[in-house]
Amino acid sequence: MPNNTEKTYVRSHEPVFWGLFGAGGMLTAFFTPVMILITGLLIPLGIIDKQHFSYEKINAFATSWYGAAIVLVLVALPLWHTLHRIFHGLHDLGVHRGRDWQQVICYGFAFAVSVFVFTLLLQMF
Amino acid sequence: MSELTVEIDILRYRPELDSEPFTQTFEVPYTPELSVLEALQYIKDHLDSSISFRWSCRMAICGSCGMMVNGVPKLGCKVFLRDYYPKKVSLEPLANFPIERDLVVVMDDFIQKLESVKPYIIPGENKCLSEGPYQQTPEQMAKYKQYSMCINCGLCYAACPQYALDKKFTGPAALALLARYNRDSRDNGEAQRMKIVNQEEGVWGCTFVGYCSVVCPKDVDPAAAIQLLKVESSKDYLIGMFKPD
Repeated sequence: MPNNTEKTYVRSHEPVFWGLFGAGGMLTAFFTPVMILITGLLIPLGIIDKQHFSYEKINAFATSWYGAAIVLVLVALPLWHTLHRIFHGLHDLGVHRGRDWQQVICYGFAFAVSVFVFTLLLQMF
Repeated sequence: MSELTVEIDILRYRPELDSEPFTQTFEVPYTPELSVLEALQYIKDHLDSSISFRWSCRMAICGSCGMMVNGVPKLGCKVFLRDYYPKKVSLEPLANFPIERDLVVVMDDFIQKLESVKPYIIPGENKCLSEGPYQQTPEQMAKYKQYSMCINCGLCYAACPQYALDKKFTGPAALALLARYNRDSRDNGEAQRMKIVNQEEGVWGCTFVGYCSVVCPKDVDPAAAIQLLKVESSKDYLIGMFKPD
């Protein structure tokens, strides 16, 4: 190619995935430890009454519009975060074969589970 | 001269003699104030004059003497034998660069990356000389000053695992330099430079390992510059969806 032509720049679509990754990372960092603390320690130790986490209570929460939204966000965004990390982790580990397929499988899985959770929550109403 | 000595392993490669690099060990008199660069100069003056390495200022300003010291990218003038003594010190040319000779590496790709980001002020309107200089408040200067401290030593490229995997990646120093001009209030070239930033080989080649900022001898923090550019690139992406150019 001659040197005097202006270089063509190709815009990356990474901002979409980076945005989901970043949002998921924030949630994972802030809420996952709290959720583990509550469900893994405070309830088993009896510090929080387990009646607060009875089937009826959780079902009522998940079938309210705000509860459903919270559950969806708390499941979907950390999933996008994780699979984005795995996708880039594969590159870091030197797994170069089938990058496009890796992308389809990673983000496809995150997308499929997000849709699955969304449908699941929707049919609970 | 003290009796104490320290062993220094140097990865040598003389293209006209050696088919591949090999390690040669030297014994250098040890004093606590001796820098690695001074140890190399001792070797060149007293033990083996054929050894090649780059250096100039001896005070971490010129950025010439970057090398791998025990596997870590460092400036030879800014690292001292006392930090390793009595263990041996191993010196190798900067990782991720082709070896030219001994500790001298080929910097061509790095220089080309620096040039590719339009590292100069692109003025908005042409001011007449009689109108005086472009003025800047301390606040405007603080926005870019840190990113202007780069001495182009290349340590961040030797540290960057992404540059190691893919030489198309623009890399830490060049992107920090790009940020330096984009953040300058006198500059008007952001739209041109965002095209470089927005590419896969722009900021999106970075996975925020952050080792570039750890090894930087001037605290430029290129990793921070790149993450801030990712935010700018994301904004640019959103705007681009509604207003394609």
